[in-house]
Amino acid sequence: MSRLVFFFQEAIRALRRNAAPSLAAVVTTVVTVVLLGVLIPVFQTAQGKSDQVRNELNLQVEIYADATKAEVADLRGKLAALPHVQTVEYVSKRKALEELKETLGAKKSEELTSQLSTNPLPASFKITPDDASNLEGLRTAIAPTAADGKAQPISPVVGKVFDRQQSSQKIEQVTSALKIVLTIITALLILASLMLVGNTIRLSIYARRREVEVMRLVGATRWFIRWPFMIEGVVVGFFGGAIAILILWLGKITIVDPLSDTFSFLAAQNSSTLSFPALIAILFGAAVVVSALGSGLTLRRFLKV
Amino acid sequence: MARARKRQQRNEQPERPRGKRAPIIELNDVTKVYPGGHMALDRVNLAIGRGEFVFLVGPTGCGKSTLIKMLIRELTATEGSVKIAGRDIGKLSEKKIPQLRRNIGTVFQDFKLLPNRTVYDNVAYALQVIGASRHEIREQVPATLRLVGLSTKLHSYPDQLSGGEQQRVSVARAFVNHPPLLLADEPSGNLDPVTSIGIMQLLYRINKTGTTVLVVTHDREMVDNMQRRVVELYEGRVVRDEVSGGYTEESTTEFGVRMRAEMGVGHNGEGTTTNGHSHEGLL
Repeated sequence: MSRLVFFFQEAIRALRRNAAPSLAAVVTTVVTVVLLGVLIPVFQTAQGKSDQVRNELNLQVEIYADATKAEVADLRGKLAALPHVQTVEYVSKRKALEELKETLGAKKSEELTSQLSTNPLPASFKITPDDASNLEGLRTAIAPTAADGKAQPISPVVGKVFDRQQSSQKIEQVTSALKIVLTIITALLILASLMLVGNTIRLSIYARRREVEVMRLVGATRWFIRWPFMIEGVVVGFFGGAIAILILWLGKITIVDPLSDTFSFLAAQNSSTLSFPALIAILFGAAVVVSALGSGLTLRRFLKV
Repeated sequence: MARARKRQQRNEQPERPRGKRAPIIELNDVTKVYPGGHMALDRVNLAIGRGEFVFLVGPTGCGKSTLIKMLIRELTATEGSVKIAGRDIGKLSEKKIPQLRRNIGTVFQDFKLLPNRTVYDNVAYALQVIGASRHEIREQVPATLRLVGLSTKLHSYPDQLSGGEQQRVSVARAFVNHPPLLLADEPSGNLDPVTSIGIMQLLYRINKTGTTVLVVTHDREMVDNMQRRVVELYEGRVVRDEVSGGYTEESTTEFGVRMRAEMGVGHNGEGTTTNGHSHEGLL
């Protein structure tokens, strides 16, 4: 017990006597945690968006108007049995028209329907693959091309098979590339932050390496020397993390929250990404653990006396 | 009382009948070859008994510092065995090294004080390391600092002290837990002659309390004047091991006169003795 008090006293004394390096370590931690706290949600939002775009990619299988109910049901069974199919949704003629109206907007659809006597849109199946990259494979599975070059669909009632978006392939490529880039940048950023905090701690310990050597020669055990340094690291991480989180929280309530009412893009992040408390807990824990471990590991070199 | 018992336990050694105890330092055919091939020590044999005051002399590079570093296990012997109180410290595990160092007070040429601690805290650290109680520290530290004559500088920092004063702090730190063995590596190497004498007197006083003292020095005059055992190293070998010629009655050097007074010999001896603490049975 008195040991623990002693170690804490030693740590506090060291922090006070080395105010400048300690402050540098705290500031570095604050900057890094704030940076991570801003960029991690941004990257996650971007990833979420690109995922969303990919997930909207689907195939539409037109059905001839003369198909019987039994034929349609048979086709649905066949489609659902195909590999890589996630969902099969039936879109009736009326629903297709409604969707079109929705896309066009009230005024244009008014013009359109006024000129139409009947609904020209076919009924169809909307097929979502389990992953956007399987879209092409699925298309050939539904309507394989026979030797004579004509499509041989799996059911006679199948008309055309087409992507909802013309450029589905391009979107698929871009989003997966974006995903990789974002992952790499996030990883690099975390690595850089770890090294930055670690390096600051190294410097502050390096300045005191002679002290450590003397302690060893007087007969102090390794842990006797190490504990105060570890506690120092925890204190630095604690204050750095706390200040950073205060800044992040202020930023959230003054900038992000008011904006997310107007921009759905920002609001979307709340559902698809880490919640704010979880993010804060992780960052805070990381700040404390990294600085404590940083101190402990750096010290190892100087303890070999 | 409890403290004494605790310390006894801490230093527990295999039981040995009194009088037949092993020498406190024993070197058998110790050879040290540094990586690169330089041979610092060459088959050194040396035994120092309890309570002795021994000088280790020799020119720079003869292996004195290597020998001291081996005694506190900063270095290990390439061949041969180094025994402290009968125990081969070459075979000591990493974990036991701090234990060894706590039983050996060491005074360094460059003082090796902790720069951001006061005189009091520097000396107290040696006690905190061994887990001494606050009460013990409050009692021992001022007493030891009084012994070295620094009771007025308790709250100064090392950089506010003179070289001689810093060395006194270093001695106080080495002695505060009353180790059975005290090593001094060139304790007066950085000091002027008068200050050196002061430090030597201090070491002598410490020796009188029963602590074995080994002093490394190249100060020939001082050694010749003290009529103590002298071990001389030359190129890694022991070339002399004898009680030095000592100072004569006619010796009129300042050193001779002062030391004579300190040691209570000669016509102007004052019979100075320090009421030292007994260290019987410490190791």
